[in-house]
Amino acid sequence: MKRNLFISLRLTLVMLVLLAVIYPLIIAAAGYFTSNKGNGKQVIVNGKVVGYELIGQRFTDDKYFQGRPSAVDYHADGSAGSNKGPSNPDYLKTVSERIDSFIVHNKTIERKDIPAELVTASGSGLDPHISPSSAFVQVPRIASVRNLSEEKLKQLIQAHTEHGLLSPEKINVLQLNIALDDLK
Amino acid sequence: MNEQITGIILIFLSAILLAYPLGKYFAGVFSGTGISSIMLPLEGLIYKISGIDPAKEMDWKSFLKAMLTINMLWFIYAFFMLIFQGYLPFNPDGNAGQSPDLAFNTAISFLVNCDLQHYSGESGVTYLTQIFVLCFLQFVSAATGIAALVAVFKALKEKTTSTLGNFWVLFTRAITRILLPISIITAILLAYNGTPSGFEGKDTITTLQGDSVSVSRGPVAAMVAIKHLGTNGGGWFGTNSAHPFENPNYFTAAIELIAQMIIPIAMIFALGFYLGKRKLSMVIFGVMTTGLLLLLIPTIVSELNGNPAIEKLGIAQPSGAMEGKEVRFGSGLSAYWSIVTTIISTGSVNSMHDSSMPLSGLMQLLGMMVNAFYGGCGVGILNYFIYIIIAVFISGLMVGRTPEFMGHKVEAREIKIVALVTLLSSILIKGFTAYAAFLVTHDPDNGWVVPPSLWLNNPGAHGFTEILYEFTSANANNGSGFEGLGDNNFFWNITTGISLLLGRFLPIIAPVAIAGLLAKKKYIPESPGTLRVDSVTFGAMTFGIILIINALSFFPALALGPLTEYFSLDLK
Repeated sequence: MKRNLFISLRLTLVMLVLLAVIYPLIIAAAGYFTSNKGNGKQVIVNGKVVGYELIGQRFTDDKYFQGRPSAVDYHADGSAGSNKGPSNPDYLKTVSERIDSFIVHNKTIERKDIPAELVTASGSGLDPHISPSSAFVQVPRIASVRNLSEEKLKQLIQAHTEHGLLSPEKINVLQLNIALDDLK
Repeated sequence: MNEQITGIILIFLSAILLAYPLGKYFAGVFSGTGISSIMLPLEGLIYKISGIDPAKEMDWKSFLKAMLTINMLWFIYAFFMLIFQGYLPFNPDGNAGQSPDLAFNTAISFLVNCDLQHYSGESGVTYLTQIFVLCFLQFVSAATGIAALVAVFKALKEKTTSTLGNFWVLFTRAITRILLPISIITAILLAYNGTPSGFEGKDTITTLQGDSVSVSRGPVAAMVAIKHLGTNGGGWFGTNSAHPFENPNYFTAAIELIAQMIIPIAMIFALGFYLGKRKLSMVIFGVMTTGLLLLLIPTIVSELNGNPAIEKLGIAQPSGAMEGKEVRFGSGLSAYWSIVTTIISTGSVNSMHDSSMPLSGLMQLLGMMVNAFYGGCGVGILNYFIYIIIAVFISGLMVGRTPEFMGHKVEAREIKIVALVTLLSSILIKGFTAYAAFLVTHDPDNGWVVPPSLWLNNPGAHGFTEILYEFTSANANNGSGFEGLGDNNFFWNITTGISLLLGRFLPIIAPVAIAGLLAKKKYIPESPGTLRVDSVTFGAMTFGIILIINALSFFPALALGPLTEYFSLDLK
């Protein structure tokens, strides 16, 4: 017993050096050569950091493409999903209200054209992406607010759609909105 | 829709293709031969500093004593570090120490390879405890499981022996030759796909729309690698691998899925190579894969079809049920992940299981209840071993012979141990679930810090499933959760802490003890009357045993939870 305890103590110390000091340092050293020295890729507009490429942000203004609902209102220091069950009546009421509100802001859109992902919360609450159909459905609204042609917006969406070999098609909402601000 | 299915098949096949050669490599690691011997100098140094005599063989009792002693030490270390983390350095976000009951739960949970997290990574721990406690425990708990499995392998290999190898040596080798090298590769791949690896704390930015937002960061890549490879599952951030920093894109999702599958699958092949019984390992692999498919297919179908209640609201669900899921993964890959992570006791999530469709929730629960379709790092096969012993016993009774397993008689003492372990999980899960459900319904205003009326995030059958899921996950050492459950309070921290301890150590102690007892018995050479455990018939028998035991144990509870919700949702 005593012998086991001595070995345990010493082995734990050695392993702490190996696994908690050397290992993370190797990874940090390798990651140092990635963007922002391994501290997350930033998006910079006019020399100012406006966000992180992977971290979704809140867009409520009608002139911007909006991302998915977030259970934490896009607070990136406390990620969470809604954890609402599929049969929860309160939850279904919330979704229903989101649909109504979407229709108020997008008067020309019919219910059946609204993709569910635009009215359901993401897993992390920080989903940076939407699918192309969720972007296209917002085109008439943005075109009328910004006085742009729908055709131009559709081209912008297509240019920002990321096609993976196997992954679902997706658009980074922040990048899309930055490009939208540049559109004249 | 089709490319979602193709993606799943490709990821599954890649895992198997990588696991096969890895299994051969593992067999070399355990017998101390092959290329991995280049680690000998490093290991020699570790033995020397720690005062370990690598040549000393241990019997099953001293093997377990060594294992339990060091585990106890890790628990005490982790418990005090988590309590005092607020006063310790390397805490850029200024997070506070954990309450004693939360520290008790967190320390046990990571010690036992479960990683039930009743805190959120962004605010509940510091960089110091993430790396020096949690990430450290992720390595050593996985290595403990692997060492215990190898002891059982060794007992099965020898005709008659009283020794099972040296715990310290097997443990060290599992780290230096398996977990550390593969973790380094995995972590670097993640870092180059966008997962942070640097040590900077929270960043405050002004968004395009003008909001001020704090963004949590940290050396995430190092932890995400071992969290999957060691089938631990505890993530850096609150939402685990749904968080875009922990899992930036489809490719990283594939890496993380493969990382959690390869060691459990490679262990099955290693068994074949190490014992020279490849047919046995193929039969085991076949049974486990059948189990996977049976749970997986209904889950994928129900997630891709979307939520019928949302369909009634008249909107389109082109990408399936998206509540709690991320666009970059889609509902298909998320469904696949939810099954992989529950059959293999990882418990990392890339979608919120609480928002899964009822049928998916049912399959996730079943995966954890069986806990042996591939199963956790090392412990998966140990759990399967228990089912095998029961199958041997019942087959023996059916043909009227004394049951034998690999040339050793299986007698009353072994069967008693097996029965105890099998009954235990059923008692722990259902007992605690019943107690919690009673408190919610009959004592909702109990004056605890968080009264039971506030525990559940969903009403009705789904709320019951939240309770059932939590205790099943704790007992299976899985670590995923229906996270709507308000589980950071005294009741949940202590009850799941007890489940975790018993659910981990008894299922490790039992197979090692049985293997030790069997190996000491006289070897009986094979004869025409011997029950062949490497036949497809015996594989089917084992599958039947798994099905019957779990159906008898859990069907009533499942009927009250996910099944009720499924029928109410479809018929509404």
